[in-house]
Amino acid sequence: MKPILTVSNLSKDFTKPLDLIAKLLNKVGQDNKEEVVHAVDDVSFAVQRGEIVGIVGESGCGKSTLGRMVAGILSPTSGSVEFDAEQTKASDLPQALQTQMIFQDPFSSLNPRKRVIDIITEAPIFHGLIARKQKNEFAAEMLQRVGLDSDTLQRYPHQFSGGQRQRIGIARALAVSPELLVCDESIAALDVSIQAQIINLFVRLRDEFTLTYLFISHDIGVIEHISDRVIVMYLGRIVETAPISSFLQTPNHPYTKALLAGVPRLEVGKREYEPVSGEIPSPLDPPTGCHFHPRCPFASERCQREAPLLRELSAGHFSACHLNDEAQP
Amino acid sequence: MKPILQIENLQTHFFTKAGVVKAVDGVSFDINAGEVVGLVGESGSGKSITGFSVMGLVDAPGKIVGGRIMFQGEDIAAMSPQQLQSLRGNRISMIFQDPMMTLNPVLRVETQMVEAIKAHDSMISKSEARARARDALGLVGISAPEERMRAYPHQFSGGMRQRVSIAIAMLNRPDLIIADEPTTALDVTIQGQVIHEMQRLCEVTKTALLWITHDLAVVAGIADRICVMYAGRVVEQGPIASTISQPLHPYTRGLMGSVPSQNRRGQPLQQIDGMVPSLLNLPSGCAFQNRCAMVSDKCLSEIPEPIDVGEQRLVRCVNVGQEPAS
Ligand SMILES: Nc1ncnc2c1ncn2[C@@H]1O[C@H](COP(=O)(O)OP(=O)(O)OP(=O)(O)O)[C@@H](O)[C@H]1O
Ligand SMILES: Nc1ncnc2c1ncn2[C@@H]1O[C@H](COP(=O)(O)OP(=O)(O)OP(=O)(O)O)[C@@H](O)[C@H]1O
Ligand code: SF4
Ligand SMILES: [Mg+2]
Ligand SMILES: [Mg+2]
Repeated sequence: MKPILTVSNLSKDFTKPLDLIAKLLNKVGQDNKEEVVHAVDDVSFAVQRGEIVGIVGESGCGKSTLGRMVAGILSPTSGSVEFDAEQTKASDLPQALQTQMIFQDPFSSLNPRKRVIDIITEAPIFHGLIARKQKNEFAAEMLQRVGLDSDTLQRYPHQFSGGQRQRIGIARALAVSPELLVCDESIAALDVSIQAQIINLFVRLRDEFTLTYLFISHDIGVIEHISDRVIVMYLGRIVETAPISSFLQTPNHPYTKALLAGVPRLEVGKREYEPVSGEIPSPLDPPTGCHFHPRCPFASERCQREAPLLRELSAGHFSACHLNDEAQP
Repeated sequence: MKPILQIENLQTHFFTKAGVVKAVDGVSFDINAGEVVGLVGESGSGKSITGFSVMGLVDAPGKIVGGRIMFQGEDIAAMSPQQLQSLRGNRISMIFQDPMMTLNPVLRVETQMVEAIKAHDSMISKSEARARARDALGLVGISAPEERMRAYPHQFSGGMRQRVSIAIAMLNRPDLIIADEPTTALDVTIQGQVIHEMQRLCEVTKTALLWITHDLAVVAGIADRICVMYAGRVVEQGPIASTISQPLHPYTRGLMGSVPSQNRRGQPLQQIDGMVPSLLNLPSGCAFQNRCAMVSDKCLSEIPEPIDVGEQRLVRCVNVGQEPAS
């Protein structure tokens, strides 16, 4: 089947303005210059309808930038984000509404002066998806979908707990019947027991409405639980992508392996940590060749010189590491 | 052997306009020399305030209103300000989630470390103090410490800053370190490095460690014992392995079930419905009653006392033992 979402050679550069400290230091004679960050660097992937694709990687590797470009709220420097018209025209929505983004912070993403009923119905009324007189009934149904009581419709966001606010954010996103939800650290601010409630909700909504998800998280345990496929990013590039079973059983890229080895796990019990060495390099000045080479235990001279390309190892399992060339005849 | 830290029925309350917030309300646990104890619980359950109470860092409107904190057999409440001062940073030190709570942004790392050493050893020469600072940075895995120590904190990455604050915490060979979410803000690979260094250092120096976190999996990997807090009380404590494999308190059970695990992929996570009650307005009886599947009449009227269930495990639930632990 044709993918519902195709991302091709997507890149985003930011020019980093000087921070306050750098400006101050410049006054006393240092020479700090504005620099360019390749936040997302030539990223391509495709997503099937109903799939949950997890995106992991360390802080600053470009997950949010990628998510925001897919959601259409940030324009790419180059490359494209395309939805399959066949599969999306059913909802008859403007492209921008096909994708909804759910953010980390349930507190700041809701307008504090609006009642829940207005928060949920604003966009669908504006776009003519529902009539004004359906407002009550519609909002009640959306709340019910996310497991909230409809007698809370007239309340304001501050009258809810963090988990409940996140549910309101999800109800607001669902109100325009999107095809794709981009969840950017959507559960990171919640307590563990509340995280479980929201994760279960996401999975249930996928099953009921065949929603498609890009699920961004730095929590690999959560990614493993929820994803059908995983994309691992490092400094703006995809270094590995695999169906969840291959990701867990035969992770290939040395960075993926290091990540998986570092994940604290409840079921493992007391253990010695043997971490990968080195700092995450500055995205302003990424290492040459394979971005991971300064931290990689297998790095060779070629890794310093030449960026490895993604190469298919088994069905749908791609990894960008020179070691895979040597393994081939 | 006597525990290095004994917390007995600690009560730390905040007297706010809206009423009394019972942030810590009857917390008791011990830490032995060289032991790693994990203090876990949800946001607002009173973990940090427990740590702050030990450090004497609770500010108005907060106040320790009951209980005792004994450090190496001495009552902290009975200490003079000078004694407290020498206790902090010397025999007990604290590491915060945000390393900038420890680091001064306008001073070179070297200056701060030398000052910290001199504060507790006024006889030491500057060059000796410098050498000790440099070695401490080397120990936490900072390469080229000689050069790096001349840098300012903002010239370090987040993970490195946290390592510097660990180095500072270890400078005076404390007997106890209270680490409040020390790796929560760090990426997985950097978290692994920091945990690795802490584990190693504590093993070598026999420093006891109170590791405060909401991340059960981290605690599972490093702690000898675990204390689980809920709404200002330790509801369950015991050795890490048995507590995690066979949690007894309904809250601990729920918590374990809500952590994603590779063994349960594809199944819905167990969830604890409802939410934590307001600390301003706790119900009478067990604070977990509104979310508990085992709730009975007794839970509504009686605050559960810690029950010794053997194997060094304590559980605050009136129904424990009523049902086989699963
Ligand atoms: N508006 C912006 N202006 C300048 N640089 C930016 C901007 N947004 C992001 N960046 C830079 O782009 C890179 C990628 O950032 P991004 O927020 O996408 O990372 P991330 O993977 O989401 O990280 P985190 O896990 O911390 O959220 C970082 O180096 C960041 O500093
Ligand atoms: N200055 C204060 N005034 C009033 N209440 C306070 C104050 N400081 C803390 N509290 C309350 O004390 C309770 C316990 O707070 P504490 O910081 O110990 O929680 P925690 O378990 O560390 O949570 P987290 O995981 O979010 O850090 C919270 O309900 C908090 O709102
Ligand atoms: S390409 Fe080289 S440096 Fe990069 S991960 Fe593979 S072996 Fe390591
Ligand atoms: Mg982000
Ligand atoms: Mg805290």
